[in-house]
Order: sequence, then structure tokens, then C-alpha cells
Amino acid sequence: MQLGYSDNDEAFRATLRAWLEDQLPALGSQPGRDAWDERRKWDTDWQRRLFDGGYAGLHWPAEFGGRGASPTEQLIFYEETARARAPYVGVNFVGTLHAGPTLIEEGTDAHKADHLPKILRGEEVWCQGFSEPGAGSDLASLRTQAVRDGDDYVINGHKIWCSFGQVADVGEFLVRTDLEAPKHRGISWLILPMDAAGIEVRPLRTALGSSEFSEVFLTDVRVPVSNRVGAENDGWRVTNVTLKYERGTAFVSELVDSLRLCEDLAPLVHDPGHRRELGRCAAELDALWALTKRNVSQSARGIVGPGAMVMKLAYSEARQRFGELCLRVLDREALHVEDNELVEERLRVLALTIAAGASQIQRNIIGERVLGLPKDAR
Amino acid sequence: MDLDLSVDQVALRDGISSLLDARFDTARIRAGFDRAMFDELAAAGVFSLRADGFSWADCVIVFEQLGRSCVPGPLVASLLVGEGRIADLVERPDGGVVWVEHLGVLDELFVLGEHALLRVDPHELAVSPSTWPLDPLTPVTRVDELPTGHEVAVDVGELRRAGAVLTAALQLGLADRCTALAVAYAKERVQFDRPIGGFQAIKHLCADMLVRTEVARAAVYAVGAHLDEPDQPGLDRAVSGAKVLAGDGAITNGKAAMQVFGGMGFTWEIDVHLYLKRAWVLDTHFGSGDGHCDAVATALAART
Repeated sequence: MQLGYSDNDEAFRATLRAWLEDQLPALGSQPGRDAWDERRKWDTDWQRRLFDGGYAGLHWPAEFGGRGASPTEQLIFYEETARARAPYVGVNFVGTLHAGPTLIEEGTDAHKADHLPKILRGEEVWCQGFSEPGAGSDLASLRTQAVRDGDDYVINGHKIWCSFGQVADVGEFLVRTDLEAPKHRGISWLILPMDAAGIEVRPLRTALGSSEFSEVFLTDVRVPVSNRVGAENDGWRVTNVTLKYERGTAFVSELVDSLRLCEDLAPLVHDPGHRRELGRCAAELDALWALTKRNVSQSARGIVGPGAMVMKLAYSEARQRFGELCLRVLDREALHVEDNELVEERLRVLALTIAAGASQIQRNIIGERVLGLPKDAR
Repeated sequence: MDLDLSVDQVALRDGISSLLDARFDTARIRAGFDRAMFDELAAAGVFSLRADGFSWADCVIVFEQLGRSCVPGPLVASLLVGEGRIADLVERPDGGVVWVEHLGVLDELFVLGEHALLRVDPHELAVSPSTWPLDPLTPVTRVDELPTGHEVAVDVGELRRAGAVLTAALQLGLADRCTALAVAYAKERVQFDRPIGGFQAIKHLCADMLVRTEVARAAVYAVGAHLDEPDQPGLDRAVSGAKVLAGDGAITNGKAAMQVFGGMGFTWEIDVHLYLKRAWVLDTHFGSGDGHCDAVATALAART
């Protein structure tokens, strides 16, 4: 075991820091939460800068235009960019972190050529159409249907929690292509051009007051069968291939921000009970930072431990506790949100224990897949 | 940066673990700590790890396994200040009484003050242990007044840090074994015609136990490596954080294991109460979880 970084990793960090210092002053201020055209421009401009700087597709293999960075370099990248308050992935989230890696693993040469360079350069924004009003935790019960008609699929259905749907050019969509098969075996993964006829996007206002998500209504939407990625009815597996791109770095930016917020809160704390609780929150977040390093270390050795699942559950629950503490410390100063990051963050993290697998689902998975406990009746 | 076990460390862990499985079964553990147990652990090298050139990270790995087997005794102090003898240390209270553990078998007793370590003669103290110690495997003796003692040249800060980290490693082991005990029982215990581990109410208790253990393990392993590289920033905060997480893991998992075992968990026969009681004892060593939370908050305010 070794806490310190290698000379090579420190050199990577130093070069990145210098690059960030050079780039960030030119960025200008972040657009408003619901100024979607400006947000798209701001985030894709940043993606273009990453591309020009050689940092786009950090975790993608070099043959597809990525940097092929080691897990430790990825950790350093997300740590340094978060510390420098550089933009996170923003609207490039789905393309760079999910759809792109899926195409690399499962797409045809045409899929790759059509999309991968554009994703890396920030010229194509992707959204995700997986969840449905009736298919949340039980995602595989999704009912949006794609029926073959010659060389096309004709799609009808209703998607929800579509991140950045209002500014996306393309979507990764899960659709049912076999009504008779067991639910996991009748799903296909499609590339949907978001300007296709029959697609209606309605922004969904969240408890945060803004609209990072949309509902998408699909009425007789036609896409070529060649837009399918992977075999017909094999979409469930295709969706999960990106797991192998998981290097334990998913929460690095979140953790850096969280620890900064702890430092911001510290001078405001006067009550001994609050102070002790802040210490506990910071200790938990420090431990999750150590867990991140441990997960990255294991990933570098090709070990797949329970770390990623543990991380998601522990981090989201810890952030809820910290968020609650923020409100209690701020007392009536918490009654306004504008220019009050601790309060805005408290609202934002309400979603963390729900999105991408609710805590209760995470506990089921840990209980069954890690601990080997019997499956629930479901 | 590498916070996973090396090949040698895996071998070290597996070696001590198989020794403990073979030689320290429940009956032996329940017989309590004595000189024979000390001698056997000493022969295995447990108390001479540092003298034999092992890193703090290695010591953490060994002590995790000692905790996992609920091995009783003044293990941490014997490694840190025993020099081959059975030693314990107590923290100097604010004039009040102290409770000395394992007094009957101690060769050495040290009093850890804020800035100094004092050696006192344990044989000068009245040996009338409590008839009902909280942890039946940790006998305690009330001492109304400690002798003055003689100062020992030692870096008190380093001693406190190492003591907290090794204690945290023991606590981590307790947390880990409680998870294993609860999960095994949840798979075999049938109620309402099903293994109780199939019910989400039980499954989620077990999942949270695993999460607590893994998060604590990350903190404790990292701080072990940190003791070996003390110039890396944030050492005191990392020590406190590890003690908080491991202590909470041990106590909360002990309680959760008892809950999973139900009525049987409250019996003397089932080991769970021994783990929980040890967790409570260890929370009082080298600073309580509450105290270390305060220390983290202090470090945070100072941005260190």
C-alpha cells in the first residue's frame, strides 16, 4: 500500500493544473439553470476545449479517439478539475460516459464513425431514454414498443427522466421488441435522432425548480433498423456493457465538492452538537475518498470488488445527512436559495438516494449479489 | 498511490487468519486472555511486528484479523510499548478513578497523559477486579489513585495516533465478523417458511452492515499507509476519521447482528454479545468516536 502518487502521476497532475489555469479564465460565467441553449453551448465549448487539450474521452481507448488514461490518471483528472471549479460533464454526460462507451463496445463501424468523433468534439449531445412512468426501479418492465416495418422500427411510448432531453441531438433508447419474451429478453437498444417526426419533449420541473430532465412522448416514430446497437432483444445486456468502464471514479467530483462544502460550513457552525455532527459527516466523506482510492487501486489490478455499489449507497446517504445538517446550521438563513450554495445543494442531493438505483434497490443488490442472500419475491 | 493489499499483505492476512482459526476457536476466546495466549501470539510475531520491520499498514492488517476473532487482551499496548512483555496503558483522567483492564496479568502499566507517558508498577495496585465487567473478556479493576510513575521517553503524539489506528483495525475486524455472522444466520434461519435473509427488512440490515464495514476498511487501510508516510497532509484528521468510522462500524454492526439473530442474539451462548461488548470497550480507547468527530471538525475549521 502506498498513499503517495508516482512521479508519472504527479507529472500528469502538474500538466493538467497548468492547462486548467490557462483555460479557465477564458470560460466566462456559468449560464442560468434553465437557459438551456446557453448551457448547451457552455458545456459543449468546454468539451471542445478538452478535445483540443487532449483530455476528451479520457477513459476511452486511444483507437476511438480517447486518451486511454489509467484509472489513477482518471482519478487525478476528476479531482483536479473539480478543485479548479472547472465544468463537469454537463450536457455531455450521456454521450461521453454512457452512449459513447456503449458504441465502442457494441456499435457497428458506421455507428462509431457517425457518433464517436462528434461526441468527443462536443458537436453531438446525447440524452437517455430508459425509465418510463411505469418502469422505474423495475426498469426491465418498460413498455415503449418498437415494431418492425420493413427496414424501420415504428416506436410508440412514453419515457421519463430523460437527462438533457431538451437540448439533445440523439438519444439512447431502450424499447420493447418482443412482447412474449421474459421481460429482460425482449428489449433492444436504439439510437434515436431527437428531431425525428413524432418525438415530443416536455421539460420536467424537479423539486430543485429547474428542468434537467424531460419527458419524451413517442408517437409512430420511425428509425432505421440499422440504428439498433447489438442484436434484437439483447438490449438489456448492451445497456450494462459500460459497467466495464467503471473505474471507481464516478463520485470523485462529487466528493471533492462535498469536502469543500464541509469546509464552507465549518466557520458557520457554533453549536457543539452541530460541530460534532459536521465532524462525523466529514469523517464519512474522507472515508469515501479513501474508498475511491481503494476502488481505483483495485480497478488498476483488474479486481472488481463491491466497492462501486458500496460507494453509490454510502455517498448518497452521507450527502443527505450532510445536506440536512446544512439546513439546521443555517437556520433561517436557509430560507432563500439564490446565492446560497449549501441550500441549493441540499435540494439537489435529495435526488441522489433515488436516481440510478434507489438506496433500497442498492441494498437488495448488495444483499443478493455480494452477500448471497435469497432473492425477494419479485 | 495504491490502497489495495499487496501480494505479501494478502499472504500476511491469510497467514494470521488461518492461525487464529486453528488455535483461537470460540472456546479459547471465551476462556479469556492469559499468559499462554500472549505467548502464543508473541511467538506468531504479533507483538514484535514493528521490531521485525513490518509497516504500520501491515500491523493494521494483522490487527483487523485479531478483531475479527474477538481476541481479548491488551493487544495494542503490548505491541506499542510492551517490548515483549504484557503491557497496557490507561489515559490519565481528570483526577477521577480509572478502570484498568487486564490488571491481573500485566507486566507493565503505562499512564498516558496529554504530553507524557509514565510507567507505573501494576503490582503495586490493589487487584480486586470488577465482578461484572461490561465485556466478560475484558476484566476491569477500579483504581482510585494511580502512583506518580516514571516518565518514559516517547513521542506521545505518535503513540496516540498509532494506538487509535490499531484500535480502529480491531474495531474493523469486529464489524466484519458481525456482518459474516449475521449473513450466515440470515441464510439458515427459517421463519414464515423462508430463510429470513430473503426478507428485505433483514437483507437491508445486512447490506448496511457490509457498507459500514467496507467504508471503515477503506479509511483504516488508508490511515495505516498514512502512518507509514506521515509527511502526507492531513494525518491527524485521517486518524480521527478512521477511529470514528471503525468504531461506528463495530458498534452498529454489533447491534444489527444481534437484531438479525433475534432472541438467540441476546443469549450468552451466541457470540454476538461478545463482539458488541468489545466494540463498546474499544470505543473508550485512544479517544471515543464522539471525541474524534470533534477533532475532525477542528481540523476542518483549520482547513488541515
